Amino acid sequence: MYYNSLGEKVSRRRYREMLEAAKNRRELIAAGLTSRRDLVKMGLLTTGGLLVAKSGLSTRAWAQSQQFQQGTPNLCAGAGLPASPTTRPFIVPLPIMPIAQTVMSLNPAPTIAPNTAAGEVRAAPHQAPALGFPFPPPRLYSFTQKALQVSQSPDLPVQTVWGFTDGFHSGSPGPTYVAHYGVPQLTRNRNALPPVTQNGGFGLPSVTTHLHNAHNPSESDGNPCDFYEIGQFCDQYYPNVLAGFNSDHKPTGDINESLSTLWYHDHRVDFTSQNTYKGLVGYYLLFNDHDTGNETTGFRLPSFPQFDVPLVFADKVYDPTDGHLAFDLFSLDGIMGDKFLVNGQVQPFFNVQPRRYRFRLLDTGPSRFYEFYLTDLKNLGAANPFYVIANDGNLLPAPVQVESVRIGVAERVDIIIDFSAFAGKTVYLENRLNQLNGMGPINAGQCTDANGNPLPTILAAGQGNLLMQFRVSGTAVQDNSANPATQTFYQLPSTNVTPRITRTFKFDRLNGQWSVNGQFMDCHTMRFQVQQNSVENWILSNATGDWTHPVHIHLEEHQILSRNRQPPSLAIERSRKDVTQLPPGERVLLFFRFRDWLGKYPIHCHNVVHEDHAMMGLWHVQAVGDDVLVP
Amino acid sequence: MASFAGGLLAAGKAEAAAPAPSARQRIRNLYFPNIVLQTQDDKEVRFYDDLVKDKVVTINFFYAQCQAVCPLVMANLAKVQQLLGDRVGRDIFMNSISLRSDVDSTAVLKQYADAHGARPGWSLLRGDPKDVEHLRRSLGFTNPDPRVDKDLEQHIGNVRYGNEPLMLWAACPGQARAEWIAESLSWVIRPEAKAAATTT
Repeated sequence: MYYNSLGEKVSRRRYREMLEAAKNRRELIAAGLTSRRDLVKMGLLTTGGLLVAKSGLSTRAWAQSQQFQQGTPNLCAGAGLPASPTTRPFIVPLPIMPIAQTVMSLNPAPTIAPNTAAGEVRAAPHQAPALGFPFPPPRLYSFTQKALQVSQSPDLPVQTVWGFTDGFHSGSPGPTYVAHYGVPQLTRNRNALPPVTQNGGFGLPSVTTHLHNAHNPSESDGNPCDFYEIGQFCDQYYPNVLAGFNSDHKPTGDINESLSTLWYHDHRVDFTSQNTYKGLVGYYLLFNDHDTGNETTGFRLPSFPQFDVPLVFADKVYDPTDGHLAFDLFSLDGIMGDKFLVNGQVQPFFNVQPRRYRFRLLDTGPSRFYEFYLTDLKNLGAANPFYVIANDGNLLPAPVQVESVRIGVAERVDIIIDFSAFAGKTVYLENRLNQLNGMGPINAGQCTDANGNPLPTILAAGQGNLLMQFRVSGTAVQDNSANPATQTFYQLPSTNVTPRITRTFKFDRLNGQWSVNGQFMDCHTMRFQVQQNSVENWILSNATGDWTHPVHIHLEEHQILSRNRQPPSLAIERSRKDVTQLPPGERVLLFFRFRDWLGKYPIHCHNVVHEDHAMMGLWHVQAVGDDVLVP
Repeated sequence: MASFAGGLLAAGKAEAAAPAPSARQRIRNLYFPNIVLQTQDDKEVRFYDDLVKDKVVTINFFYAQCQAVCPLVMANLAKVQQLLGDRVGRDIFMNSISLRSDVDSTAVLKQYADAHGARPGWSLLRGDPKDVEHLRRSLGFTNPDPRVDKDLEQHIGNVRYGNEPLMLWAACPGQARAEWIAESLSWVIRPEAKAAATTT
């Protein structure tokens, strides 16, 4: 049997054509013939991409085949790297990241003030001990960033990536933290990456690890500007405490601010896209007395880890000449992969039982949005609903039944799939969102195919990217988890509060320079000052035309009060968020409470290519706030 | 499945004749066409061989009559040159390439360079417009919207910075604070570059 790069079955003839086309592309690139005009002139176009489109491959594949037209401006095609070699889908089982292990002690012992003499780089002394948190905390982790040799597909050579080790297990994605509210911890993150001469073509061995969405003190947040070099380390104190503990909900915090699904990733200013693409990402799960990880207690969500499975999505490109991971160093717009990895493996399969599972879906980018569907290839007309229980890792007031859910880079959704309806069958998690380049999902009417037909934003069932395969066993099993249809979780914290100030942020592109309010990322410029324990409203507006930006704000979550002055229409957006999608022409109004901690944090686009090109700004929380309306 | 493996093997065999290029070579092939350019001093240079190879560089595009983003970016780069002092021309080489090579003669470039206090190590460059267009696209100084891309007033104002032998590449806005641009450059200036320059 033969498959194309999207996991679709193809005929032997088609497969030979694909190999031939790939060979032609390599020759064309080697010959420096990279523009469409060149190809037409040479009479080569038919042997390359367009023949494929005429033969009826999906529009997305057609766009991929255009990728070798490097640099040719085209809203409706990818621009960048040539297509990856062929890989066979669904022959490798889903890898499960190991659970991070604690250590008894750290040497040298952690100190409250940065231990610069021993090579620690930290922006400030730990804030937590002065607020009554134990020091050192009861749980210690020793994490190291290092190079790893991994297989991402049996049809690709062994890859050198960057990942994490906890001293017991190494991986990319790194080991999964299993943390608990009320149990503070400290992670020593040490940079043991190989010398800069061994970066393999991209990546800077200079890092800072951000714990995404944690209610953390600034010095432990993993700020983009707090990077450290090979041999250096940073001790990061994670209090695992609810927002409000030192302000409006003393002393334990607001239970309605509970976080569940967080992730950690490199955040090195200007180099985040390269370093995360190279593998510096991992999960951080936070449990409490309600979300217990045990399906017989609390909210009775499917038990971790057997039925509660974190999934890391990443799209990547491999060099067609040697199969090694390739990164488009000179993209300003965004990078689109044509290979889809889940937990570090191209298109894996996963054996499941006919019962409910909780999946935590995370889009690590670099630039792609996903719209996830459950697809039965033998029954393409069927709607296969599932439940969204958490948005950005925050349990919703109640589960929402959907047929699909869309997320952008850095967003998470927790979903419940009940496989009992699929006993004995094979089904797929499919991305049906049509996105051709870094601009975001294609907008209605924006693009047409070679025959002049409009390209849809949502592809037909079975025509999208089959991300992973679920093989459902036919044997009925026990399921003690609760039925999401009848569940409720936390209430949304009240937003009926007058803000101290309403600030406006315009996301813009000035001569290709990504900006926020016409200004650019700069580690030495604080744009504005938020008053500790105050309420603010922020307006995010998109002035970049056709682009969609996933905007992330550190420290505190927000609620979306309105989109273009209307309450959010999506049920799952009536939630707490830490990344909000900003589609073309939209203006969103966000509600924040900035509590408990002091220090600097960023606001930025999480299309990591935009982020690295300065679509970010620093602000800080201080005892007294300022009145800058347009920072 | 056996026939599939055979297919892969055959493809592998065809490639065996030429060894896979190194990562550095691949970057060169993808992004650095070795086109001929002229400096403000009328010197003929090759983009890769003479301007980029073995060097820490900045690269940006401008043109002399540009009234939009260029005056800001070029004045900013003049300040960056000042901040970097005598390292420009020794450790760091700055390259500003004209998007209007049809009208920007080397004499025009010379005048522009003098007005901005360009010292040796900051090259203002022109070439065959077709070559320059190829270079611009290769380096990703493009807007994906063809209408915007054609509008010279909206040309990309970013400054690429990088260390060629160490394959470290990034970019910052040309309108960023000059001190910040200079600091960003310091991240890619590494002592290991010298040894790497002699190998490929």
